[in-house]
Amino acid sequence: MKKLWNNKTTRTNLTTYLVVTVAFVVMQLMSSFGQLGSAMKGYLIPVCAYIVMAVSLNLLVGVCGELSLGHAGFMGIGAFTGIVIAALLQDAIPNDTLLLVVAMFAGGIMAGIFGFLIGIPALRLRGDYLAIVTLAFGEILKNIFSNLYVGLDSEGLHMAVSTGKVQLLEGGRMILDGPVGATGITKLSTFPMGFVLILFTLFVVLNLINSKEGRAIKAVRDNRIATESVGINVTAFRMKAFVVSAFLAGMAGTLFGLNFSSLQASKFNFNASINVLVFVVLGGMGNILGSVISTAVLYILPEAMRGLDDLRMILYAVVLIIVMLFTWSPSVKNAVQSVTASVQEKLRKNKKEAVNNE
Amino acid sequence: MKKVFAIVLAAAMIAAMFAGCGSGSSADAGTIKVGMTGPLTGGAAVYGTAVEAGMKIAVEEINAAAGDSGLKIEFKSADDEHDGEKALNAYNTLKDWGMQFFAGCVTTAPCLSVAPQAVEDQVFMMTPSGSSEKIANTGSNIFQMCFTDPNQGANAALLVAEKEMATNIGIIYDSSDDYSKGLVDGFKTKGAELGLNIVCETSFTSDNKSDLSTQVTQCKDAGCDFVFLPFYATEAAQVLTYANKIGYEPTFFGCDGMDGVLTIDGFDTALAEGLVLMTPFNPDAEETQDFVSKYKDMMDGVVPNQFAADGYDVIYSIYNACVATGIDGTTSAADACAKLEEYFATYTFDGLTGSGMTWDAAGMISKVPAAVIIENGKYVAF
Amino acid sequence: MQIIQYLINGISIGSVYAIIALGYTMVYGIAKMLNFAHGDVIMVGAYISFCVTNYLGLPAIVSIIAAMAVCTVLGIIIEKLAYKPLRGTSSLAVLITAIGVSYFLQNAAQLIWGTAPKNFTSIVTFKPFSFADGALVITGEVIITIAASVLIMVGLTLFTGKTRMGKAMRAVSEDRDAAQLMGINVNQTISMTFAIGSALAAIAGVLLCSTVPTLQPTTGSMPGIRAFTAAVIGGIGSIPGAMLGGILLGIIETFSKKYISTEFSDAIVFAVLILILLVKPTGLLGKQVQEKV
Repeated sequence: MKKLWNNKTTRTNLTTYLVVTVAFVVMQLMSSFGQLGSAMKGYLIPVCAYIVMAVSLNLLVGVCGELSLGHAGFMGIGAFTGIVIAALLQDAIPNDTLLLVVAMFAGGIMAGIFGFLIGIPALRLRGDYLAIVTLAFGEILKNIFSNLYVGLDSEGLHMAVSTGKVQLLEGGRMILDGPVGATGITKLSTFPMGFVLILFTLFVVLNLINSKEGRAIKAVRDNRIATESVGINVTAFRMKAFVVSAFLAGMAGTLFGLNFSSLQASKFNFNASINVLVFVVLGGMGNILGSVISTAVLYILPEAMRGLDDLRMILYAVVLIIVMLFTWSPSVKNAVQSVTASVQEKLRKNKKEAVNNE
Repeated sequence: MKKVFAIVLAAAMIAAMFAGCGSGSSADAGTIKVGMTGPLTGGAAVYGTAVEAGMKIAVEEINAAAGDSGLKIEFKSADDEHDGEKALNAYNTLKDWGMQFFAGCVTTAPCLSVAPQAVEDQVFMMTPSGSSEKIANTGSNIFQMCFTDPNQGANAALLVAEKEMATNIGIIYDSSDDYSKGLVDGFKTKGAELGLNIVCETSFTSDNKSDLSTQVTQCKDAGCDFVFLPFYATEAAQVLTYANKIGYEPTFFGCDGMDGVLTIDGFDTALAEGLVLMTPFNPDAEETQDFVSKYKDMMDGVVPNQFAADGYDVIYSIYNACVATGIDGTTSAADACAKLEEYFATYTFDGLTGSGMTWDAAGMISKVPAAVIIENGKYVAF
Repeated sequence: MQIIQYLINGISIGSVYAIIALGYTMVYGIAKMLNFAHGDVIMVGAYISFCVTNYLGLPAIVSIIAAMAVCTVLGIIIEKLAYKPLRGTSSLAVLITAIGVSYFLQNAAQLIWGTAPKNFTSIVTFKPFSFADGALVITGEVIITIAASVLIMVGLTLFTGKTRMGKAMRAVSEDRDAAQLMGINVNQTISMTFAIGSALAAIAGVLLCSTVPTLQPTTGSMPGIRAFTAAVIGGIGSIPGAMLGGILLGIIETFSKKYISTEFSDAIVFAVLILILLVKPTGLLGKQVQEKV
C-alpha cells in the first residue's frame, strides 16, 4: 500500500478519486440533512455532466494536444439520443436507474460513432485547422438537431427533417419537435448516477492516460514527427482518444438531457463548447483533478454572483481574464512572486526585530 | 498546480462572498414575494429588460398606494440568458429567496424548462410573454398573459380573410424560433380553411438572420402583394429597410412580436407606414399614457412595447387576485397557488393589454385580438 | 436575371465578411492567435459611428473616422492588457482570454447603450440603381462595400509588401525570434497589427450595419464567426485569401438559401468549409508549411 502511495501517478490518481468521493459524500449528507438550498441542489447534476465533459475534453486538449471547439455537439448527440431511447424503452424497462444507464450507453455509443465518422476527415488536419473543423461539425450538428422531428406512437418511431412530415396516430407524441426541442422529458438523472458517471469517466480517462496507449498519445502531443519516426501509428492513437472523448461527452449529454423537462438544440452551440474549454484551460491542461475543480467552481461562480444584478456578467468576464493572467502569464507570475517575496522578507524582518526587542 | 489550486480557492471564496449578498429575508405578512426570470443579458435581453421594467413600475405603484394597512410586493428578478438550464437555476435561486409567485419566464424555451418544476413545487406561475401552447398545458397552475402562437396565427389569418387584404401571400419566418413557427403553423392551418393563397414561404435561422435580403427578394420574385412577418421588431426593421431599398411595396403584416418597431432607435418610421400588426398594447392610446411616461423615465426615454405592458399586467393580476383571496406574505407558495388557481377560473381582469380578460381551465388567456395600422408614425386601430 | 440578383446579394454580404476576415487574418498571421473578440470590436465601431451621426448629428465620414480612432485605441489597450502578458505561453490561454474580452465588450456595450436594438442609418445616401424594370436592383451599399473591400485588400497588400512596417510584420509572421534578432521591435509590430486590425473592424462595423441595420451588443458575434470561417476557407494568414474566402462564403450562403434550403444553409456553409479543408488542408490560398524536424 505504501509502495503504491509512493508512485507519483498513482498518488495523483487516488487523490482525484478521493476528492470526488469526499465531495459527493459531503453533498449527499448535506442534502439529506436539508442543508442544501433548491439552487444548490439544482446545480448538482449539471455540474456532474459538465465535469465529465471537461475531463473528456481534457483528454483531447490537454493530453493529446488537439484543440476541439465542437465538443458540445457530441453532448447534444448524447442528449437527444438518450432522450429518444429513454422515451422508447420507458415501458420495456420499468427500473429508472437501469433505463438511465441504457440511455447513457446509447447516447455515448451514438456520440462515439459520430466521433469516429467526424474523426476520419477531421484528424487529417492539425492545430487551428482541426479546431475550425470541429467548430464546423458542432454547428452542423446543432443545425440538424434544430430541424429534426421525432415522434412516437403505437407503430413505433417516426423521423423527419422538416416540419409537418411526422404524422402520428392517436395517442402518439412528439419527442423532438424541431426548434421547440424535446419537451415532456421524464427526468431520470440523479446525483448518485452523476457521481457514478464521473467515477466511470475518471477510470476510463486515467487508465487510458497511464496505459501504453496513453504514453503514445502524449508522445504524439509532444513531438508528432519523432513519434511517427519510431513506428507508432499516430493517426490510430489520435482517433482512439477522439472517439473515447466523444463517447464520454455523449454519456454526459444523456445525463444532462435527462435532467431537464425540456431541451433545445441551441443549448449545444459554440458558446457551450467554449465554456467547457474554459473549464479545461483554467483547471490546467492534462490536469484531470484541475478540470473537476475548475468546472465546479466556474459553474457556480456566475450563479453565485446573481446578487450583483447588472454587473454580474461583466464582472464574470473580468474575473475570467484576471484568472487567466494570473495562472498563465509569466510576467504577472513574476510580479506576484516578487511581491510575495518582499512581503515575506518584511514579515521576517519584523519578526526578527520583535525577537531582538524582547 | 499549487497555484492553480490557490486561485481556484480564491475564486470560490469570492463566490461565497457574493452568494452571501443574495440570501433571503424572513416572511412578512404585509409583503408578498414575487419573482421573475428573463433574459437580462445576451441577444434576447431587450425582451427581458422590458418585462422587468414593466413589472417594476407595477410594483412601485402598488407599494406607493398600499399605505400602512395594505399589502405590498417585494420583487426580485433574475437573469436566465434565454436558456432553459440557467432559467431553472435562476428559478431555484428565487425559491431559496422565498418567492411565493413566479411571474416568468419571458421567452418560451426557459418557460418550458421551468414550468414542470413549478408544477412539481406547486408554485403559481404566470408568464407574461411565453406564448407556446405547451407552456400552459404543462399543468393547471401555469398561466399565460399573452395569446398562444397558433391561436394568434389563426386570428391573423381570419383578419386577412375578413378584410380581403391579400391575393398572393408570402411568408418569411424564423425556423429556429418556436414563436415564429407556431404563428406560421396557425396561420397556414386557418388560411387553408379560409382559402388564402400562399405562394411563397421562406425562412431564416437565428444564426443567419443578419442577412434577410434573399428572403425578401424571393417574396418579390414570387409576386407577393402581402407578406406575413411573424417575428420580432428588429428583424422586421431589417426586412422593411431592405424592401424599401429595392422598391418592393407589398402590405406587410406582423404579430405582437413586431410591436416596438416604431421606437427602434435610428429606424426611419416612414418605412413602416401602412404596416399592419396585431398587438394588444397601444402606446399612443389615452389610457396607457401614465404607464408610458413612467416607463420612459425608467428606461432613458425608450417607449414601452407590449412585453413591458404584459409584465405590468402580470403583476397587477397576481396582486389583485391576492387581495381578493386574502393571501398575504405568510401564506405558503403551495397554498397561495391552490387559492389562485381556483380564483383564476372565474377571474376577469382589466389591464393595459385589454379589458375583460379571462383564463380557461388550461391557463390560456382569452382576450379580444386587436390589430393596428401604422399611419403617420402612430398606431391607429385597424 | 434572378440569379444575378442573388449573386450580387451574395457578393455584397461576402464583401462585409471579407473585410472582417481581413482583420482576423492580419492578427492571426502575425500574432498567431485566434482573436475571438474581433467580432465585438466591430460592434463597438458600429455603435460609435451610430452615436456620432445620430446623437451629435455629424456627417457619416466623421463618424467613420471617430469609430476607427476609438477602435484603434481599444484594440491597442486590449492587446496591452489582455494579450501581451500571455505572449509566448500556450495559444489556448490567449484564446480563452480573447473569449473573456469578448464577453466583457458585449456586456459593457449593454451597460452603455442598453439592450434595445438600434437601427443603424446607412452611411450611403445615393439612390439604388435599377435595371430591367426593377428586376435587378443594385443598392448603394453593395457598391460601397465591394469597393471598400477591394480597396482595403489592395491597400493591405501594398502595405505589407512595400513599407518598412509591413515588411517587419511579414518578418515577425515568418519567424518571431529571427525577426527580433534582426532588430525588429516585435512588441511594437504586434501592437501595430492590432491597431490596423481594429481600425478595419471599425470600417467593417459601419459597412455591416449599413447593409444589415440591426445594431445590438451581440451584433458582432455571428458575423465574427462567419468571417473567421471565411478566413480559414481562404487560408488564414493570407490577405487575398481572406477576400476570396469572404466573397465565396457570401455567395454560398445566399445560393444555398435560395436554391437548397433556408433551414439548412448554416450546415451547408460549414460543410463546404470542411470539404475545402479536406482538399486543401490550409485553405484555398494558404501556404503549405513543411514541418521541420
